[in-house]
Amino acid sequence: MSSRLEILEANLASALREKSVRLVCATGELTIEIAAADAVEVCRTLRDRAGLQFEQLTDLCGVDYSDYKEGAWQGKRYAVVYHLLSVALNQRVRVKAFVEDDEFPVIPTAVGIWPSANWYEREAFDLFGIMFDGHPDLRRILTDYGFVGHPFRKDFPVIGNVEMRYDPDQKRVVYQPVSIELRNNVPRIIRDEGVHGIKLN
Amino acid sequence: MAEIRNYTMNFGPQHPAAHGVLRLVLELDGEVIERADPHIGLLHRATEKLAEHRTFLQTVPYMDRLDYVSMMANEHAYVMAIEKLMGVVVPVRAQYIRVMFDEITRILNHLLWLGAHALDVGAMSVFLYAFREREDLFDCYEAVSGARMHAAYYRPGGVYRDLPEHMPQYEASKIHDAKDMKRMNANRQGSLLDFIEDFTNRFPGYVDEYETLLTDNRIWKQRTVDIGIVTPERALALGMTGPMLRGSGIEWDLRKKQPYEVYEHMDFDIPVGTNGDCYDRYLVRMQEFRESNRIIKQCIAWLRANPGPVISDSYKVAPPSRATMKHDMEALIHHFKLFTEGFHVPEGEAYAAVEHPKGEFGIYLISDGANKPYRLKIRAPGFAHLAALDEMTRGHMIADLVAIIGTQDIVFGEIDR
Repeated sequence: MSSRLEILEANLASALREKSVRLVCATGELTIEIAAADAVEVCRTLRDRAGLQFEQLTDLCGVDYSDYKEGAWQGKRYAVVYHLLSVALNQRVRVKAFVEDDEFPVIPTAVGIWPSANWYEREAFDLFGIMFDGHPDLRRILTDYGFVGHPFRKDFPVIGNVEMRYDPDQKRVVYQPVSIELRNNVPRIIRDEGVHGIKLN
Repeated sequence: MAEIRNYTMNFGPQHPAAHGVLRLVLELDGEVIERADPHIGLLHRATEKLAEHRTFLQTVPYMDRLDYVSMMANEHAYVMAIEKLMGVVVPVRAQYIRVMFDEITRILNHLLWLGAHALDVGAMSVFLYAFREREDLFDCYEAVSGARMHAAYYRPGGVYRDLPEHMPQYEASKIHDAKDMKRMNANRQGSLLDFIEDFTNRFPGYVDEYETLLTDNRIWKQRTVDIGIVTPERALALGMTGPMLRGSGIEWDLRKKQPYEVYEHMDFDIPVGTNGDCYDRYLVRMQEFRESNRIIKQCIAWLRANPGPVISDSYKVAPPSRATMKHDMEALIHHFKLFTEGFHVPEGEAYAAVEHPKGEFGIYLISDGANKPYRLKIRAPGFAHLAALDEMTRGHMIADLVAIIGTQDIVFGEIDR
């Protein structure tokens, strides 16, 4: 397995000589970091080049890094992560494209390369507000009709902003600010040393 | 001459053939579908966001509620992602238990698919038979975890507890007398493994029964043959996995191609279709019943012969035994910290995928070293399948749409997440 990973790593390095920012190999998985502007070109190479042949886009998702390590993150805020699978060569690769603008993130669409990107990109747009340039039908997909905001951004509260109830006077469903409070029973703690704060052998 | 116009029709979300809360906006030319626009998200619960606010262990039960007809398969991908990042070694016995329950889950899922698909197409009785067998499998779930559906049985590092030595039995009630009890408890006298073995001996006969009802049934074939054809190239491009891909003739199964746990020691075959239509996908899944049954039998034989631990002995992820906690202070502290603060997953990212009954179910986990995931992305097989619905239904009639929804094995828990 490891030798196959090395072959793939060498193939990727030669195919994306100028485009790839970083090639990381961890826990038996390969990650290529690229610039958002190169996304389409890189994806096309990954799909078509012999030795790579990633004919399936398994997954595409957005990531918001703004709160990473309690705000210690220095890079770009949004990333789009592609998980690719080659059925012919039985190999996987992860492509991570950091999106330039933190205020208005835009990345070219991959729909022209893998049709399955269509809904995944709609989802990333819906949940993170990442715009996919050239997408044929960039509508919200998971949230309610008329939803405001992008719920998976780290600054969006987990309890939401509005709640819905039936108003007997107006005889219809109305939205109002949430009446519940954020409850956090287990604080989020980052520990570098040991486990549970106790050094294990 | 009369003017002929396309019209738009709403299908669902409250429609018995919509498998939950599918809302479709159909553009029709007469009864022929020109465009199908699925509106999803009516069951969106933001599982991924919730996971970011809970410890790693607290998220396990949320996994059951994703694809709520193949519960343990979802848990499996999640715990595998954590184990990958932490480098936890899972005891071999736990791996066999997981494989056995994955296959039980596959049978559970396919039984519901078969029943619902047949019901959609108009065959009522298959549904009733399928639920008879599901009941036995739920009892297996209940015996190991205490819950019939939402088990939370797989834990990072292994499974929660070993297989029970005694199968729970029915008790007499107003409607069941002692004679009934004797009959109903006949196969529950031994351990759970005895019960499962009895099931695996009966089950091939049941699959034959379903096949008698459907495989050569004229109506069934009229409704499924040449309906919703997907070519192998399109299936790959559309992100299809699992039986949807295999129905199109691509021999791709993660259990064989990228084996996890102990699947590499298992002897089974991958069924593939040739035409990529609904009927082929039906045949593929029917054969998967038999293959799963074979795998379960192999697991039972191994599990009988090899007792051992079922969860990692590292206090990092798994709680110490009750007995140890009574005399070892450190074990008590570990137990307390494990269930309050939770364990910390080292910084990094991992993608773990399992061959879920519906296709490739993957968990993409990013950890920044905290006791909670930084980002959890669930790769649900049904999401990609439903996205392909538009292409699969184009040019078909509304009645065929129902057959195609059935063949896709749609479950909204995983699509909406």
